[in-house]
Order: sequence, then structure tokens, then C-alpha cells
Amino acid sequence: MTGFLQNTFNGLVSGAFYALLALGLAVIFGMLRVVNFAHGAFYMLGAFGAYVLLTEAGVPFWAALVIMPLGLALLGMALERAFIHRLTRLDPLYNFLLTFGLTLILQDLVKLRYGVQSSPYETPSALSGSVDFGLFDFPTYRVFILGFAVAVCVGVWWALTRTRVGMVVRASTERPELTRAFGINVGRWVTPVFGFGIGLAGLAGVLAAPMRAVNPLMGADLIIVVFAVVVIGGLGSIFGSVAAGFGIGLVQAWGEAYLSAFPIVSQTIVFIVMAVVLLWRPAGLFGREEAPA
Amino acid sequence: MTSTVDTKADASRPAVPSGLVTVARAPGWIRYALLAVALLVALWLPNGLYPAVAVDILCWALFAVAVDLLLGFTGLMSFGHAAFWGASAYVTGLVAIHAGLPFPAAVLAGALAAAVLAVPIGYLAVKRTGIYFAMVTLAFAQMVYYVANEWRSVTQGENGLQGVPRELFGLDLSDDYYFYYAILPIVLLGLAGAWRIVHSPFGRVLVGIRDNPARARALGYPVHRYKLTVLVLSGFIAGLGGGLFAVGHRFVSLEVLHWTTSGKAVIVVVLGGIGTLWGGVLGAAIVVRLEDWLSFSGFEAIGLVTGGIFVLVVLLFRRGIWGTASALALRWWASRRR
Repeated sequence: MTGFLQNTFNGLVSGAFYALLALGLAVIFGMLRVVNFAHGAFYMLGAFGAYVLLTEAGVPFWAALVIMPLGLALLGMALERAFIHRLTRLDPLYNFLLTFGLTLILQDLVKLRYGVQSSPYETPSALSGSVDFGLFDFPTYRVFILGFAVAVCVGVWWALTRTRVGMVVRASTERPELTRAFGINVGRWVTPVFGFGIGLAGLAGVLAAPMRAVNPLMGADLIIVVFAVVVIGGLGSIFGSVAAGFGIGLVQAWGEAYLSAFPIVSQTIVFIVMAVVLLWRPAGLFGREEAPA
Repeated sequence: MTSTVDTKADASRPAVPSGLVTVARAPGWIRYALLAVALLVALWLPNGLYPAVAVDILCWALFAVAVDLLLGFTGLMSFGHAAFWGASAYVTGLVAIHAGLPFPAAVLAGALAAAVLAVPIGYLAVKRTGIYFAMVTLAFAQMVYYVANEWRSVTQGENGLQGVPRELFGLDLSDDYYFYYAILPIVLLGLAGAWRIVHSPFGRVLVGIRDNPARARALGYPVHRYKLTVLVLSGFIAGLGGGLFAVGHRFVSLEVLHWTTSGKAVIVVVLGGIGTLWGGVLGAAIVVRLEDWLSFSGFEAIGLVTGGIFVLVVLLFRRGIWGTASALALRWWASRRR
């Protein structure tokens, strides 16, 4: 029982990263119809930025947690203005290719400067140690990640449902033409929303720095799993993406714990779930049916 | 060969002015002259380049044409074609090592394995279209990558398959120069097969599905089945390339299954020209040659250059080399006749 609770908790923590990344992808996709391949690269930049700030400027974790998402959001907005927005009227595949190219460039720039080895990042002292839950102990930092990620998701949910900006974003996610027909200037929100999604990726990166090895390739494999997550949840649905993020984290953790005799299955369980979802509900668990094609 | 395919620019379509149409309208003697030049270049290639590079170009040409069959002629962007290329490389390597068959038989086994792998992947992937198709194929290719990585008893994991033999009835093919001429017929057969598919009634239906899936469905074509069929054929052709690549390098590493390999195949096609078939061959030659030159000159960040090509081509050069050249040539031809 204790083992099961511990695995579940670990699953929720890794699910928190998927959820933050999937949330950013879904918001960006909703507003721009762009699937941002570079999302993983921005996650990596968040973690690497925190590492560089700490080792070269002595900036602590808490400051990095604010600086990196904001800085990356600005970088994202600049990239949106410079490149992505030129292609948004074409097939989304072109922006997928463009952001793929950006991923290779960002990765190699970091590799060129810092090499491919992994760097450790010390857990901030306020969050070291562990929390006693009665049945089992759990590292404080992981508890913090889970709480923080849930708070961010709830905050975004609140902003989307209760604020005017959020309603515009939701409306143009679900029915872009209709929203325009109501005289709402959708274009005004495109760049800030892109920046916001990138900021979320950066935030996830900073949170990951003390827990996972910081290296230039840390985002690359992760983003493909996140793609599977959003296919499972339904990219058009913001709630679905977050729920699928946490769900996949759980399934993966349980798979690793109870299917360890079959490493091929436990390593690929995300994709197996995706295959089942495609068979059962091709539009994703929370997605709407696309126009048949 | 009269074509009635509607080429009116639809901004939301991935496929650019279809080469199918431009080729059909170019006068016959030009097409034969181009074909003759291409064959002469193919025969001369290993004399002008490092033979090993020339071999890589041939393999990547097959890979690119396979991707273009989907991207250019069916409107499906597979971002997971490394699954077929890589699976065939592994199967070819294993068959060549353990069964001691002549290498064309091993390559055929690899390509067939890739085609078989394309059935379940394709069955699931064709349920989605557009950007989702790209994400789903990418995810399944990553799954194949993890399987190869975990299944160490067969694939040797990160060490890769070493010592894939180049057996052909006792002939000495250890020199890349002779190996090039040994694989050239296989590659030409693969390319001719792709050409045949595009210019068959089946290929016409594919273009119809690309341009207007709803109409194709209304006309009674089973759209999903057509897409699945072309995916299997494309997987086979990509598998031919991957198998030859394995024999060419005498070594198979996990890199053949990596997502960067899938991405590189797509950019090769976009650089050459989507929907032009031969553009992919041109793109393969340029990218392979460039990467060889970069790694030879000790430049470490190859991704910086390939990524840069990606960004520039997508922003400024979406028709690709072949698409741009044939559009210019056609305009010149039209103005001369007036």
C-alpha cells in the first residue's frame, strides 16, 4: 500500500511537468493553430537558464523562478513576431517545421557553449528534506512541485473562465470565426498568448532543474511524449490536455513500478495508451470530432 | 497525359504547385532530356564525390521520395518515417549477419518488414489528419525507437549492430566505389516504382484525396484505405533506402530511428520541393553533401546548419528547388510560345 501511494505521488509529480507543458501547447494551439515543436527546447532553456544564473551570477532558485519564465516569454514573443506569425495563415505544418528548425538551433547553441554533459542543480535549502505523510516520507521539493503546478493550472483555469482576456482566448480557441464575427480583435492577443505558453514551458524547466539532470537534450525526448499526451487529451481542449498530462504521469509511474519485468512495455506505455485512444476515440478523450477527412 | 488537377492556390494546403501538373505540361523531349541527364549524373556520381557520400545520397534519395509520396501526393506529413527507415535498417542488418544472404535479399527482407510495420502504424495514424497525423506518426516512431533501445538482446541497444556484411555471391564490394554501382539498379527500381505509383490511376486518386478529401469520399473512394495503402508503399520504399544505408555503413545505430532522422527526411523533401518527386532526390544530394562537408571540416554544431536550413526554407523558399525551377522554366516556355 505504501509503495502504491509513493508510486502514485511520483506519477503525479512527473504528470505535473506534462500538464504544464501540455497546457502551454494547448493554449498556443488554440490561439494560433500552431503546434510548437520548440516547446521542449524552451523547457530546456528554462532549466539551463536557472543553472547558468545560479552558477555564473549567483541568482537563487526563487529569483530564477520569476526571471526565466518572463525572459523566455519575451523571447517567445519576439520569435512569434519575427517568424511564426508570417506562417500562421498557411497550413499549420509549416510552423511545425519552422519550430522544429528552431529546436535544432536552440539545442545546438546550448550544446556549443556548454557541452552535452548533465549538470546538477542544488535543491533550494528551504525545500530540501522531506515531508512526513504518516505512511511514508516524501521529498519536500516534489511536494512543492506538485502543489505549485496544481496552483498554476488552477490559476490558468480561473483566468480562462473568469477574466475577459481568458474568455476571449477560450472563445477564439473553440470558435475562431465566430469570435471575430462578434467584433473581437483576436489578433491583439496572439503574441501575448504565445509568450504566455512559452513562459509556462520555461517555468516547468526551472522547476525541473533541481530534480532532473540539466542538459541540452532534456526537452527533446520529453516533447514527443507531450505530443502523445495532447493527442490523448485532445489538443483543442485545455482541460483535456492538463488531465491527460497528470493521467499519463500516473500511468507511466505505475507501469514502471508494476511492469518492470517488461521494460519494452513500461518504456512505451504512453504510446500504447495513445494507440488505444486513437482506436476508441480518435479525437482524443476530451477533444471534439474534426471535420471528416 | 492530360491533367485536369486543380492547381488554384489554396493558401491552407501544404502541397505547393504540384509537380505532377508541371511535368505533364512540359514538352516531351525536355522530360526525356532531363531523365537522360539525371541518369548520366547518377552513373558519374562516385567519380566526382567520395563514393561513400554518393552511396548515402542514393539511400536518402529513396527516403525522400518515400516521404514525398505522402507529403506531396497525399497531403499527409509523416514526421515518423525514421520508423520505417530504421526498422528496415535493423532487419536488413540482422538478416545479413545471421542468415548470410546476399545483400539485396536482406534489403528486401528489411523493406518488407518496414511495410508490415506500416500497417498498424498507418491504420491508427490515418484516423487523424493534418498536424495530428504528424504528431501521431512522430509518437509511434519514438515508440519504435524505445523498443529498439530496450530490446538489447536483438538490437545490441546503444552499441548498435556491428559488422553488417556486404555479401553478393562472393563479389568483393568492400570498396564503396563498386558498392555504389551494385546498389544503383535497386535504387533506380525504387524510384521508378514511386514514379509509377504517382502516375497510376491510384496516384490520381491520392492527389484527389489531397486536394479535396470530402469530394473523394463522396465519389465513393475509401479514403482511409487509400491512405493506408500509400503509407505501406511509402514505408517499403523508405525501407529499401534504410536497408541499403545499413549495408552501406556496415553498421546500424539507434540514430536511424531517432526523431531527428524523421525531421531531416521532411526537410530534404521541402528543400527539394514538395510534390515534385525528383526534388527530393536533389534535396537529398544537397543535404547529405553539406553535412559531410561540415563534419569533415570539424564543425560540431551540424544541427545549427540543418535547423537554419529548415527555418530559411520554410520562411522564404516553400516551393523548394525543383518547384521554383520548374515554375520558372514553365513561365519561360509559355512566354516563348506566345
